This record gives sequence, C-alpha cells and structure tokens, in this order.
Amino acid sequence: MSDARTNVEVVRVDHVSKVFGPAESKIRKQMKIGGNLEQALTTENAAAALREVSLVVEKGEIFAIMGLSGSGKSTLVRCVNGLISPTSGQIWIEGTAICGASARVMRMLRQRRMAMVFQNFALLPHMSVGENVAFGLMLRGESTDARRIRVDEVLELVGLADWRDRRIDELSGGMKQRIGLARALATNPDILIMDEPFSALDPLIRSSLQDELLRLQQELKKTILFVTHDFEEAIRLGNRILIMKDGQSVQVGTPAQLIRQPADAYVQAFTAHADRLAFLTMDALIEAFPCSPDDSREQEPGASVLHLAPHTPMVDVLAGLQDHGYVATTCTRSGRPRLFPSRQVVQFVGGLYTAQRSR
Amino acid sequence: MDRFVGIPVLPLDDWIQRFVDGFVASYRPFFQLLRLPIEYLLQSVAQGLISLPPVVVIVVLAALAAWRVGLRFGIFVALATFTMGWLGLWNESMTSISVVATAVCFAALIGIPAGILVAEFAGAWRVAKPVLDVLQTTPSFVYLVPVVMLFGIGTVPGTIATVVFATPPLIKLTYLGLAGVSSEAVEAGVAFGSTRLQLLLHVKLPLALKAIEAGLNQTIMLSIVMSTIAAMIGAEGLGLTVLRGIARLDIGMATTGGISLILLALIFDGIMQGRPRRRSDVVGFFRRLQRRVLVAS
Repeated sequence: MSDARTNVEVVRVDHVSKVFGPAESKIRKQMKIGGNLEQALTTENAAAALREVSLVVEKGEIFAIMGLSGSGKSTLVRCVNGLISPTSGQIWIEGTAICGASARVMRMLRQRRMAMVFQNFALLPHMSVGENVAFGLMLRGESTDARRIRVDEVLELVGLADWRDRRIDELSGGMKQRIGLARALATNPDILIMDEPFSALDPLIRSSLQDELLRLQQELKKTILFVTHDFEEAIRLGNRILIMKDGQSVQVGTPAQLIRQPADAYVQAFTAHADRLAFLTMDALIEAFPCSPDDSREQEPGASVLHLAPHTPMVDVLAGLQDHGYVATTCTRSGRPRLFPSRQVVQFVGGLYTAQRSR
Repeated sequence: MDRFVGIPVLPLDDWIQRFVDGFVASYRPFFQLLRLPIEYLLQSVAQGLISLPPVVVIVVLAALAAWRVGLRFGIFVALATFTMGWLGLWNESMTSISVVATAVCFAALIGIPAGILVAEFAGAWRVAKPVLDVLQTTPSFVYLVPVVMLFGIGTVPGTIATVVFATPPLIKLTYLGLAGVSSEAVEAGVAFGSTRLQLLLHVKLPLALKAIEAGLNQTIMLSIVMSTIAAMIGAEGLGLTVLRGIARLDIGMATTGGISLILLALIFDGIMQGRPRRRSDVVGFFRRLQRRVLVAS
C-alpha cells in the first residue's frame, strides 16, 4: 500500500446492483434468495444501471468515479447516501450498514457524516447565500448564533466571505458552486459526495475550482467521492480512480496505474490521449514508488535538491530537474518527506510513455 | 308514459328525486353544519362592508390597494368603488365582494392542503386527476343542481357553489407546482438530512409558491364568474342585478350590473397580482376573463 493512502476504510460498497423500473421488485426478491444477477436480468428482460459494483474508499482520499453518461456513476454515489436504494448488495458507511437502515439512522448520517455537491448546484433560490450555506445546520436544529459563526467560517474558506447576505441569482456559476461546496462543508462531514460538480462550468473556472478543491483537501482531509465524465479531471484530482462502463466497474487504480497498466482497451482509450505531464503530479510519483527503507539513504554530497509541492505537475518537475540531483516533496496525506533522485523521476516519466507505445 | 323507440323512458329523474328526498331528510343536520362556517364568515364580511359608511370603505380599500400594489392602482380602486355606489349598486357590490372574498378564503383553505396531500402521497394523483378533470370540465351551471338539492337556495348556497367551482384549479396548480420542483432541489433537501415535513416547508412549498399563486388567481377569477351565475339560485349581489335586468328586458339595469362586475373583477385581479398595473396587463386580464366566461358557460 502506498503512503498516500491511510488504510482506514470509510465507505465499503459490496456487490451493489440497481435495476430501475417495474422489474425491480421481482429481481430484488430473486437476489435475496441468492439468485444470479445476469440470469435474473435475462429472465425479466431488464437492464441494470449498476451491476455488482464493489469498492472500498479509504479515509482522506479523493476517490474519483469516472465514466461516460449512462455508466451508472451518479447512481452509484446516490446509493452511497441513500438517495437511491440498491436492488441488491450492501453499503457500509464507517461501519454502519445503510441498505435497510431506518429513516432516522439515514437522517443522522446525512446530517452529520456526509454531504453532497450537485452538478447544477441545487441551491435554493428563495434563500440568501448565508441561509443556503446554513441549510444542513438548520435541518439538524442548530441555533441561529451557531449557524452564523459556522457560515462565516466556511464562506471564508471558499473565499466568499462578503457574500453572505446576497441573493443566489446574483452569483456567477463558479461562485454558486463555491457556495454549494460551502454548504456541504458547513456540517463538517467526514464524507463529501461530489456529483460532477464542475461539469457545468467554463474550462477556466473549472480548473480554478479544481485547484481550490485540492487546496481545501490538503487542509481538511475529507474523504471525497468525486464523480466526473472527464478523465483528465479524474487523474488530476483523484488519488484513485474507478472507471465505470455500462454499470460495471472496469478498473480501480491510481492515475499512474491506469496510465501504466490500463486493464483493457476501454481504459486505454481514455489514457492514450491524457496529457501525462500536465495531469500526473508528484503525488503520482509517490504512488508509483511507495516508501521504502532505502528511501532515507544518504544523498550524494554536493547534489542540489529541488523542493516541490506534492501537487506540482510533472511538466514543471521536469523543467526544474536538470539543475538538481534530487527532488524533495511531502506526501499529501501522510505528511512524510520524500526524496527522489532525478534519475528515478526521468525513469518514471519515460515509463508513462512506453506503456502508451506498447499498446 | 313517454316512450322512446318503443320502450318506456328511464324514470331516472324519479329515482333521484326519491333518493334525494330521503338522503337530504336524514342528513339535514350534517349539511346545516357544513353551512355554518361559510355563513358566519360571509355575514360578518357583508355586514361589515354594508354597515360602514361608504366613504370609509372606499378609503380603506383604496389604501390597501395603494399599499399592496401602488398609488395608481389605489386611485383606480377608489374611482371604481365610488362608481359602483354612484350607479346605485353599493349594497349589491359589497355583497358580491363578500361572497367572492368568503369563497376564495374557503377555496384556499381546502385547495392548498388538498393539493399538498395529492402531491405527497404516491398514487393519490392518479385518483385525483380524473375527478378534478371532471369537476373542471363540468359547466358551472350544473354545479347549482347538487348545491340546491343539499343546501337549498340563497346567498350561502350560492357561496358554497362558488367554493366548489373555484377549488379544483387551485388543487391542480398546487400539485403541479409541488411536482414541478426540480429533482436536484429535492435531492439536496434529502441529502442534507431533512425530514419529510422539513423538505415540504423549506424546499418544496417555497419553490412551488409561484404556481400556487397562479392557482389562487384562477380561483379568484372563477369565484367572480360563479358568484354571478349563482344568482340563479337566489344568491344576492351584482349577479342578481344582471339577472333581473335580463329577465325584465331592462338593458340599462343589466349593463350597470355588468360594469360593476367588471370593476370588481379588476380590483381583485389587481390586488392578487400585487404589482403595478401596466396597460398590457389590463388587456391581458380582459382576455383571461373572457376565456373564463366562455369556458364556464
């Protein structure tokens, strides 16, 4: 296990399937008595939005779920917070099984443990910016004073401190999504579910919000399920990525793993055109070379060290490399210092391209 | 006995007459009880408006209009109400206002909660929709039949007929407003852990408010139409003036009644819209009223 991951399980999805429509109840019954999903689908002549998807999301990671429209990625995250109840399978949130859980338990989880950011923001136009941010706090019955203090805190965090008393329709798209994020952070949840949060935004705004999310994540260290249809966004943000197709999981891996070892031609089709140097960062290097005992070996005397932030893109790493013998960085989540000889970095980058050529 | 293609005519009218005689006789206290709240509100409003000096009523109504909508509309209301009295129809106008106001109150009390219930319970809409469709396509005249059977004739039964006629569109628009709330907004409410009641109060109802307001507006327009037609079962007010004018071929009387009714409708519409009248609004209002009357009759 690489040191970017913490090994503490937060969300576990176990063989979750979802069928929409009238066939669902019959298939649900068959699955309850241990039926086979594919067989049940054939006999009922039904299509499944999710087919036996299993995954584990660890504490503090951004887990990107990537797929084209209709791949079931939105359905999957809606199962995690119970907006959709799966036809079969089970989901655990921090050890609590949520399929079949009472409405009270679900409300508690939603009010305190997880929050959601929506593609089209889903802000409530009849409330002010501040009231929108306080929405979750209001629902769980916190006092006006407590709400006010927390709203000011999170608005500060997303850089919109002066906008508390404005109306929602005064905001631009990018600002609206910052408020969507602030609303989700206000309840201080452990888990953030983000359903294509930046897809409706202009490219420039999108990339600035991606930076913003990475910055916030360094500070807050939430567990994030991030849905996107954009592979570049997935490898830029995700510590690990799940690629989905037709309701099935195709491959789970770190950005470097997906690029170096795509599981099949479908994954390859995405990775082939990804700009490796722009989207893989020092974090990918850390993923690729997990902490080892000889890592703390003495550096050659006289060799200079290039100090870089863990989310520096590879293209910038290469640009600064020629004058330095070593590259030093700090692992995003473990906080441990890491040191790489320049030679190793070049090897790593070269490896990214040989995988592409060999296919 | 009359015959049709050789067979005796179905004596349905006799059967219904006998059924109603028995039914109304045995449930009279129940229907009298239903009348009570409507009768109470109607008489309080009517007596208040009629017993007060007309100048006071005109000033209060105009001030209300000026505060709610704007100065120009306030002046319009003052002139309109003054004209009603000047035409010699002050008492009739005040009765009409109280019938419409009472009917709208009860229609809102019934229609909005009913719309919420229909929207909140899965499957309820499938039962309610055909019923509402039938109610809405039934000509207003036909509503008078069961009302006369159950409640008799007069102003109170006329108001009851008005309530029954004016409520269905409000139920429908309340439902449509709630059903039309974007699924993302509802998901946001659920995802942040709202209870069903919180979801309704903080997300659905505020977002459905525009549709509900449109429903109330329709209810007011239909109440004005129906309170006029209810003159046929003896409901007092401007409708009765028009009806008498027609019956006696007194065109002058019918016309002054009609003018007062239009002024009344303009006042209610303006207050409901709650924003300054523009010329196009007045024209649009006449079109709507025309459509209403055509549909109703």
